[in-house]
Amino acid sequence: MTATTTTPTRTPPPERSGRRGAALLQRLVVVRELGILAALVLLIGITLIANPRFLSGQNVRDLMLSAAILVVLAAGQTMVIITRNVDLSVGSVLGLSAYATGTLLANMPGTPVVVAVLAGMAVGALCGLLNGVIVAVAKVPSLVVTLGTLYAIRGLDSLWGSTSGRLQINATDLPTGFKDFGGARVLGIPVLFLVAIAVVVVVGIHLRSYRSGRELFGIGSAPEAARLSGIPVGRRVLVAFVVNGALAGLAGVLYAARFQTLDTTAGTGLELNVVAAAVVGGVAIAGGTGSAWGAALGALLLTTIGTSLPQLGLDPFWRDAAVGALIIAAIALDKSLTDRLAARLRGRNLRGR
Amino acid sequence: MAGAPPAAPPGPADGPAPVLALRDVTKSFGAVAALRDARLELRAGSAHALVGENGAGKSTLVKILAGVHGPSSGQVLLDGEPVTLDGPAAARAAGIAVIYQEPTLFPDLSVAENIFMGRQPLGAGRRIDKARLHADCAALFERLGVALDPARPARGLSIADQQMVEIAKAISFEARVLVMDEPTAALSGVEVERLFAVARALRDGGAAVLFISHRFDEVFDLCDTITVMRDGAWVATSPTSELTVDQVIRMMVGRDVAELFPKQDVVPGEVVLQVEGLGSTGVFTDVSFEVRAGEIVALAGLVGAGRSEVVRAVFGVDAYDAGSVTVAGTRLKGGSPAAAMAAGIALVPEDRRQQGLVMELSVERNATLTRRWALSRFGWLTGRAERATAADWTQRMQVKAARLSDPVATLSGGNQQKVVLAKWLSTEPRVLIVDEPTRGIDVGTKSEVHRLMSSLAAEGLAVVMVSSELPEVLGMADRVLVMHEGRLVADIPRSRADEDSVMLAATGQAGAA
Repeated sequence: MTATTTTPTRTPPPERSGRRGAALLQRLVVVRELGILAALVLLIGITLIANPRFLSGQNVRDLMLSAAILVVLAAGQTMVIITRNVDLSVGSVLGLSAYATGTLLANMPGTPVVVAVLAGMAVGALCGLLNGVIVAVAKVPSLVVTLGTLYAIRGLDSLWGSTSGRLQINATDLPTGFKDFGGARVLGIPVLFLVAIAVVVVVGIHLRSYRSGRELFGIGSAPEAARLSGIPVGRRVLVAFVVNGALAGLAGVLYAARFQTLDTTAGTGLELNVVAAAVVGGVAIAGGTGSAWGAALGALLLTTIGTSLPQLGLDPFWRDAAVGALIIAAIALDKSLTDRLAARLRGRNLRGR
Repeated sequence: MAGAPPAAPPGPADGPAPVLALRDVTKSFGAVAALRDARLELRAGSAHALVGENGAGKSTLVKILAGVHGPSSGQVLLDGEPVTLDGPAAARAAGIAVIYQEPTLFPDLSVAENIFMGRQPLGAGRRIDKARLHADCAALFERLGVALDPARPARGLSIADQQMVEIAKAISFEARVLVMDEPTAALSGVEVERLFAVARALRDGGAAVLFISHRFDEVFDLCDTITVMRDGAWVATSPTSELTVDQVIRMMVGRDVAELFPKQDVVPGEVVLQVEGLGSTGVFTDVSFEVRAGEIVALAGLVGAGRSEVVRAVFGVDAYDAGSVTVAGTRLKGGSPAAAMAAGIALVPEDRRQQGLVMELSVERNATLTRRWALSRFGWLTGRAERATAADWTQRMQVKAARLSDPVATLSGGNQQKVVLAKWLSTEPRVLIVDEPTRGIDVGTKSEVHRLMSSLAAEGLAVVMVSSELPEVLGMADRVLVMHEGRLVADIPRSRADEDSVMLAATGQAGAA
């Protein structure tokens, strides 16, 4: 286009404002995740003053083991929340998968660990498929659907436990290979935690750098626009639920490997912890923004609070209050950040013309 | 023209098969036929205009081309072959790009991602190459002459800038068919010129362009063929050279439109609204004006000059940090729409979908939303009172709705605007502020709205009208206030207001009036 008429009112060269905008956006993202990291470091620092042995090898390993399950669940939940949905059934899915894996291993002690993991994930994926189909095809709000499956799947789990006559699976029922997996370490780091890190990395990169990942953000940001721009909204949401289900299934296997004693109540009430971790980690509940790293940091922070409060001589009952305060703080921070960003962008609009 | 099968629409006589054609396409929603036997032929290298009143079926036709709706009967032909466009992705794959009337962006994503969603340039391992994504977007913006940063989020963009992003998106497809559904409603003159330059370049490059607009100067400027629709049916297709604006309007409305700007002469009464030294940091500065009873005062200026911001501050939606607003001698508390309403100000906002209406609620609920306290007895809002008031006002506004209990989203744009007007007029205001009263409204409804504003002013209402349409400003206003970059730069009486004086002031080239 050569015949562009330029008005005296539209002046700033695009390159300069481009760099400034990119820097602004970059800083916002960094600030958001740095904030959680800073809170985590602060918490660990204070606890260290109270108990200098807080960061001893065994303590850190325990922390990692406790966090691993929540981190996996938070990463999966992030994918769902970004599409402006939520999956409340993950606690029940974890329970069913843990019980199914435990039963499989107790009945067939020769099952390789990899097969057990895949079986647990398959159970979870099926639950996710159920959620996803109802949400995407029947177009029922996910909050209600997964509230329903939260109870239904837990019910199925209990029914199975009571009819099979095996109300509890004990460490003695499980094969040694699986128990070794639960306690294994690489370079001193628990394998379960490494699995969780791997999940976060894969989900994080997918969300950031793959077309289908970006489409999830689009769907959550403006569902109607997503439909009009040809994004297969139903299919993407369905897949997000299936992946999240599979990850909840994986978390169930990790649960079985870590605790080695489980019954059909495993993971009860966990779903709200998961959503809390994601929200504290900067995943907007209204969809469209957030990252797997942030959610993982949120999960780490919530877990650390749980273990550090007793070290500080506080009643562990304070944990819930602290988590609640964190959620509200995170939302307030998000709100003020987006407001400031919007104000600056609007200001630029004015100056830009 | 139901009944007699009209002759095949005349197009360029010996051209090849049209790139895209609709043959006898009908689309029904339930019992309502939104489109009856529609026909259209889009040819390569040609710009085709589609005109018709609101509710004539233009948007439905666009949605069929875009693959959003499937036709109930009839055929869509691509290069002469029947195709099924079973979704926006299919239409896009067929080379059809659509710019919708309302921008459809992802507020949380960057401008570049908005444009290239699903088509981001990929690098190693099929990962998105962000640097190339931003470079491609910057190149596109350069071609369009847009000064936007590819990395900034779409949130907070002005409507005009959002529209430019939509245009960039459509152009990035290198589409064979470009459909533009009223793309210029929110654009200022310079931006329209830029858009047209791009549309012409695409057309000359062999694309077929379908242009939908209520602005006839634009239609006659850009398009070589015009198709007229009325009440969901095809009326005529003709080369632009054989038509006049009057003929087109007559075909659209099926009758002669009364004078477009029926402004009655009124002797202004006492000052009703007085704004003094109003300022809001970074948005507008030192804005002072007064409006008398019976006066229509237009607030003109380029998009982004701060007009909407001023009226929002006057009404109290936005806070201001300097100056005062006085209604009939009483100073208003700043930042309180409730105080403004109590003092008798009504604001019909710029964006009726976002700010004027609750789209999911019924027509009657929307029309009585401002009156819910007055209509309730002991806090109990009765359906009967709502219905009676709504019926009264929708009748006075001549709202065309099947049932008052239908969601307002089902009405056409012009009728939605009438509901917004009804909602505010039912509060019996002393000052009526209307922001873009006729944006995206067809000619027939437009003149109804204008006549209404004029008769309200004659009854003693003080009217402040923000408008980007110069003919409307010049035709309706007793006085024209012109804003430029957040300042009021001119106050031009009706007798001296013309295109030159207003545009010079709006572009900041005139000395203070």
